[in-house]
Amino acid sequence: MIRLEKRPQPSRFWTAATPVVAVLATMVAGGILFAALGKDPFVAIRTIFWDPLFNEQFAAFSRPQLLVKAGPLILIAIGLSLGFRAGIWNIGAEGQYIMGAICGAGVALAFYPLQAWWLFPMMVMAGALGGWAWAMIPAILRTRFNTNEILVSLLLVYVAENILASMSLGLLRNPQGSGFPGSRNLQQYPSAANPELIAGTGMHWGIVAAFIAVIFAYVLLSRHIMGFNIQLAGQAPRAARFAGVSPARLVIFCLGLSGALAGMAGLFEVAGPAGQITIDFNVGYGFTAIIVAFLGRLQPIGILLAGLLMALTYIGGELSQFMLGLPAAAIQAFQGMLLFFLLAGDFLINYRIRVGRTAVV
Amino acid sequence: MDLSSINPVLLLSALIVASTPILLAALGELVVEKAGVLNLGVEGMMILGAICGFAVAVETGNPVIGFLGGAAGGAALSLIFAFLTQYLLSNQVATGLALTLFGLGLSAMIGQGYSGIQAPRTADIDFGPLADIPFIGPVFFTHDWVVYASLFLVVAVWYALTRTRAGLILRAVGENHDAAHALGYKVVRVRMLAIAFGGACAGLGGAYLSLVRVPQWTEGMTAGAGWIALAIVVFGAWKPGRVLLGAYLFGGISVLQLNLQAAGVKVPVEFLSMSPYVITILVLVIISADRSRVALNAPASLGRSFHASS
Repeated sequence: MIRLEKRPQPSRFWTAATPVVAVLATMVAGGILFAALGKDPFVAIRTIFWDPLFNEQFAAFSRPQLLVKAGPLILIAIGLSLGFRAGIWNIGAEGQYIMGAICGAGVALAFYPLQAWWLFPMMVMAGALGGWAWAMIPAILRTRFNTNEILVSLLLVYVAENILASMSLGLLRNPQGSGFPGSRNLQQYPSAANPELIAGTGMHWGIVAAFIAVIFAYVLLSRHIMGFNIQLAGQAPRAARFAGVSPARLVIFCLGLSGALAGMAGLFEVAGPAGQITIDFNVGYGFTAIIVAFLGRLQPIGILLAGLLMALTYIGGELSQFMLGLPAAAIQAFQGMLLFFLLAGDFLINYRIRVGRTAVV
Repeated sequence: MDLSSINPVLLLSALIVASTPILLAALGELVVEKAGVLNLGVEGMMILGAICGFAVAVETGNPVIGFLGGAAGGAALSLIFAFLTQYLLSNQVATGLALTLFGLGLSAMIGQGYSGIQAPRTADIDFGPLADIPFIGPVFFTHDWVVYASLFLVVAVWYALTRTRAGLILRAVGENHDAAHALGYKVVRVRMLAIAFGGACAGLGGAYLSLVRVPQWTEGMTAGAGWIALAIVVFGAWKPGRVLLGAYLFGGISVLQLNLQAAGVKVPVEFLSMSPYVITILVLVIISADRSRVALNAPASLGRSFHASS
């Protein structure tokens, strides 16, 4: 008979080992999935995880993409992880990302064609503010009216998508775009562009911001009272209230910060790799970041690594689409599977598997 | 703008069709939550049900088998959630999200060869002279069997939860799983069954979307219907009758905004399209503002993991 026995203390070994085990298990299960689709599983796994980095033919193009894709994922996941630790579930980062992009690009387009050094910093602030404001809706509804922040933040994604459609067809549409939907291309507007900082690396300001966010979150969690309060509220909500931690302030702080970071990620994307506001410029980073946050164990350093790995599956997914004809959705299912294995593996942290009969205590 | 082009009879009839997928999914989730489990994967189970139902119906040429396939698909996906949360004690919120993400990916993968084809038609039930009654006839007696099955399910769920022993056990498990365990009820087994039922209902709702409501397969076609079903369970205060009301209210809004779009109202299309989501949020706010009422109705063990040792 197999049963679970609660560990007196969470296992440190398994805390670090489960993500690795989960990735390996996903490779096996993914291989089976790809085999079922009639592809050679070994070639498919190699194309996803190895070729983007080391294949002579593709690496030159793929390697810079790694940072380009990892930047927004890490930036969003850092914000989400703080809330998740405190039991505050912001799952509408996709909406905050869109609103940040609209606000930031809106500032740039309002000043077009002015050239000034302060324009880009102002766009970043507008982007963060847009994401923050969008996240404040669920935060205030939660603190004032006790409304579930999971449902509200998620439903607001659909509202944001409609606003995006309205903006790219109306207010922000390029007046010289001969009627096509979408805004002016910000990459052709030097003061507003978010260019590649070091040629051939994919490094842009968004990735710099992501690294700063990792350091900031690390310091916050290990050195600052707010970080301590966040962890306390997540692990022992009652104890936190007795210690004088205000749940409402935590909700406002966690949702606001994650919204601001998601909004910034959106702005960096729209001013850099995406270039312009279009109906479907968002590609689901806000949802994938949830997986990144969990894969990184809600720890800043872990999220940094998880973001890079997840970016790799994005690029590898595109490559396998092009090389092997794997459907684009396969990689999405693959990422979802990873989260399942991760959550399944988590029980090893708190429980021990015992095989055989047990003595009744 | 020509509001006279909106026909109230057609509007009410369309309302019932538009509400049925959400009603089915919300009823399933109601039973799951009554058993003390919060499954946020409704959206994923719905969309998998939509493609499974569509694919089975196209392959067999029989929409009834298609609906069964949709329910089976939703239930199969929900069993992953059930296994993870009930046996491996994973966090229910995170696992539900994973279910949604995985369901969206998997359904898009299965559905590759199915976009742009027509599903076999589900015929309306012939009520004979009843359908000829003015107003009432066209509104209530011109639908397919799933609509009536969903209404029957409302009554069945209400009866089972409040009038049968099995329903009492299910509610006991949801209110206080430790006490239910001490009385000898199999908490995990009850919850597994409830989750599978919820998955089958969500799958059925999804299949209704792809086989009757739209009726076609497109990627991501549920467009948040699963999340709205979750909101409707809160709105309905975990009572089947009020869930019916909530689902029809929501269906009414989405049909009305489509009619207003068609009538050319001077409001941008995007604002009409977002109205169902905005109104769902507003309704949620109004309902949950009264803390005492929510606390009174919500199952006490909702979202908590159960392990016999603790």
